[in-house]
Amino acid sequence: MFAETVTAIAADLKAGRYSSADITEHYLARIAEFDPGLNSYITVCADEARAAAARADALLARGEGGPLTGVPYANKDIFCTRGIRTSCASRMLDNFIAPYDATVVEKLTGAGMVMLGKTNMDEFAMGSSNETSWYGPVRNPWDLSRVPGGSSGGSAAAVAARLAPVATGTDTGGSIRQPAALCGITGLKPTYGRVSRWGMIAFASSLDQGGPMALTAADLALLMNAMAGHCARDSTSVERPAEDFTRLLAQPLTGLRIGLPTQYFAAGLDPAMREAVDAAVGVLRALGADTVSVDLPHAGYAIPAYYVVASAECSSNLSRYDGVRFGHRCDDPRDLTDLYTRSRAEGFGAEVKRRILVGTYALSAGYYDAYYGKAQQLRRLIQQDFTRAFAGVDVILGPTTPTTAFELGQKTDDPLTMYLSDVYTTAANLAGLPALSMPAGLIGGLPAGVQLIGNYFDETRLLNVAHQYQQETAWHLARPPHA
Amino acid sequence: MSWETVIGLEIHVQLATASKIFSGAATAYGAEPNTQACAVDLGLPGVLPVLNARVVEMAIRLGLALHAEIAPSSVFARKNYFYPDLPKGYQISQYELPIVARGRLPIRLADGREKVVRVTRAHLEEDAGKSVHDAYPGATGIDLNRAGTPLLEVVSEPDLRSAEEAVAYMRTMHMLVRYLGICDGNMQEGSFRCDANVSVRRAGSEVLGTRAEVKNLNSFRFLEKAINFEVERQIDLLESGGKVVQETRLYDADRDETRSMRSKEDAHDYRYFPDPDLLPIVVTPTQIERERALMPELPWARQQRYVTDYGLNVQDADALAQDRAVADYFEALAAAAGDARAAANWLNGEVFAALNRAGMEIPHCPVEPSALGLLIARVRDGTLSGSMAKQVFEAMWQGEGSADEVIEARGLRQVNDIGALAALIDGVIADSPSQVEQYRAGKDKLFGYFVGQVMKKSQGKANPQQVNDLLKEKLGGS
Repeated sequence: MFAETVTAIAADLKAGRYSSADITEHYLARIAEFDPGLNSYITVCADEARAAAARADALLARGEGGPLTGVPYANKDIFCTRGIRTSCASRMLDNFIAPYDATVVEKLTGAGMVMLGKTNMDEFAMGSSNETSWYGPVRNPWDLSRVPGGSSGGSAAAVAARLAPVATGTDTGGSIRQPAALCGITGLKPTYGRVSRWGMIAFASSLDQGGPMALTAADLALLMNAMAGHCARDSTSVERPAEDFTRLLAQPLTGLRIGLPTQYFAAGLDPAMREAVDAAVGVLRALGADTVSVDLPHAGYAIPAYYVVASAECSSNLSRYDGVRFGHRCDDPRDLTDLYTRSRAEGFGAEVKRRILVGTYALSAGYYDAYYGKAQQLRRLIQQDFTRAFAGVDVILGPTTPTTAFELGQKTDDPLTMYLSDVYTTAANLAGLPALSMPAGLIGGLPAGVQLIGNYFDETRLLNVAHQYQQETAWHLARPPHA
Repeated sequence: MSWETVIGLEIHVQLATASKIFSGAATAYGAEPNTQACAVDLGLPGVLPVLNARVVEMAIRLGLALHAEIAPSSVFARKNYFYPDLPKGYQISQYELPIVARGRLPIRLADGREKVVRVTRAHLEEDAGKSVHDAYPGATGIDLNRAGTPLLEVVSEPDLRSAEEAVAYMRTMHMLVRYLGICDGNMQEGSFRCDANVSVRRAGSEVLGTRAEVKNLNSFRFLEKAINFEVERQIDLLESGGKVVQETRLYDADRDETRSMRSKEDAHDYRYFPDPDLLPIVVTPTQIERERALMPELPWARQQRYVTDYGLNVQDADALAQDRAVADYFEALAAAAGDARAAANWLNGEVFAALNRAGMEIPHCPVEPSALGLLIARVRDGTLSGSMAKQVFEAMWQGEGSADEVIEARGLRQVNDIGALAALIDGVIADSPSQVEQYRAGKDKLFGYFVGQVMKKSQGKANPQQVNDLLKEKLGGS
């Protein structure tokens, strides 16, 4: 009786087919039933959700409220919430309750949405499998022995398992798109600067970007209308007039020029994955799109450039976790050095420490030019590759990930292999471009994702292509077995 | 063989903004610990800095005053190090691309010569908080009220050759920043402080010696003493065959010595990199012109004008132009009094004495320049003697009204009537036969006695010059 997409739930609420309280209870009940097996939520906020649903129902009863009023959502535990713990999935912040809301949370609350809880993630968003969380790994609802991807693995698993109709995510090197692909949902990383970073705990400031994760492209568009916009508290937020992200959804794809980068179809791509991508391209061609091969000559440098820049920035961003003012503090520090070293040694997990070390090294005197300086040069070259490519095409299409979801524990001992699961996603972050992942098939019962990369501020085009594709296919509606 | 001292200063100018450089928290001094630190100042997770536009305007103003280059685009960088009063684990500063570069500041030396000191750069940065080590037994308190207070760090070239030159440079910069209205100049509260890089070399050598950096000097006297101590220490060291090591030292005012704080070997690797949370500061020509239009006349221009237009001597002109409020008062007073020299004398004499007694600064002087100008005019037109004018000033200070009202109320009009004076003098001479005899016999010193008697009888109102002249005439003799 309950709808599953944001669009349909919102229509039902408006029509009075059920109340926000009803749908909120429905999701709370599903979370209670299925989440013990998935671990997609760190904190479930039942009381707060019920109160928010009651407020939404009051508005709806008066015929007030906006397009999202009363719709529940799950919030990645990286967005600060006033009065509710924001852990970033780290022991370091296990006791941290922010005295402020992130701009994204403020906006979604303002839109009348109901926050069901805070979702699990890789610690400080560092990871591609959701195995680095202090609160334990998240399991993929398609196969409980497999990872959901990361870092927004909790959000992806929750949406896929219908434990929330939509969730927030953040994407620094693929953290929205890779788990969306591995869990069979749709996720959008907007253009850098579209969504405010205020109150979104920083991993790598020049790459981090918040965005929505949902079942359909149309739902993403609705969420973008609420999440995006200039924020005076974030200096890197772009000043652009508000726009309606749903406005191009219905546009036909006739004449659309799709670029297929040769580098994204080279060795390393699983043949079955390649088949899924080719099939999606076939659907888009049938809808009137033209495809052309494009060259991204520096694509191979994206991973090394990304891991230098992201690690360098995180080594500095995470310096504030020193046990002095908030967060984890070791017991009985002997002196200042002991306070620092033990608080950080105990508070951070292995992957976070690895990246702080890498980043500290990359910024050190004598190494800066060879690493950080060089990575910034590569970043510009990667950006120029895209600028050249977009002179001839409207969107760039390829696989989101080289393989489907891998087994838990399979890559935890080999960080370099783990990092390669981001091989197609990091370039969009380095260039600051918008990119979307949508489900495009099942391989051995596991979802395969296709990535669309757009030009700056061209999210409406990505949403248009994905929406049109989703009118022709049903992969995005496939339900995982553990839901 | 003689030694040459080489000094460069890094002056930390706290910018006089109401709120912090990257947050909306207040900057007022002396508040309860941690009551002026918001989430941004505390470095809580997820918070972001937003630049206070006022600090850019202030940096432009200093750049213009120093005839420096103002960067069309300058960049904030993170200086990474751990310290409990540094909440984010990094300080936001400027490194490779500062907002102001290559300026110059003219200073006047004790012998009257002018010297131009080159300014390498001035960059914007945030201040850290304060560690309080003595308030809690066994623990250190952290007060983050100061964290995020805007600073402009002004770095000079090693152009200074003595403690005296360094003090003159620091004083001139101190005068300039207050003139520009960008710093309150309060050194006790740390609003204006400096680090001194000191080295010595053999006279005639072109090579710089190894330097020591003496940190956190917050008075002109400490700067002078610290440099003198440091120079002596380095010369002693070198002459006894030792070597100066590059290090950071602290000046201990109680012992009048500098002490090693950390050597170059333990120096931090600050891992500077551009702060990705902030965009470059873009300064447009329009913005520069807007600030130029708001610039006050600079102290050295005023000094010059006081000498050429008002005919003051260089010392008086320098003294009056030092402080913008004093100079403004002086110019208004000179105009009202119609006599710049008299205005300068009054200001340097009675007015400052009264302000000092009251512990007040010139902006709070109860006697307006226009009112004091009228009083000076009454001296010039002979209504008042100098000493009477001082009484009138005192009354005006107490709020008894204008000069004319006080003169009227107290009946303080000077007696200029020769006939009346002559009668008074005759009376005095008649009453003092023995003194007249002694005076006429050659005891000149008694002249003062007669003057005093006459003034007493006139209740101080007699015109002293006229009394002198008439007395001499009537007593005759010597």
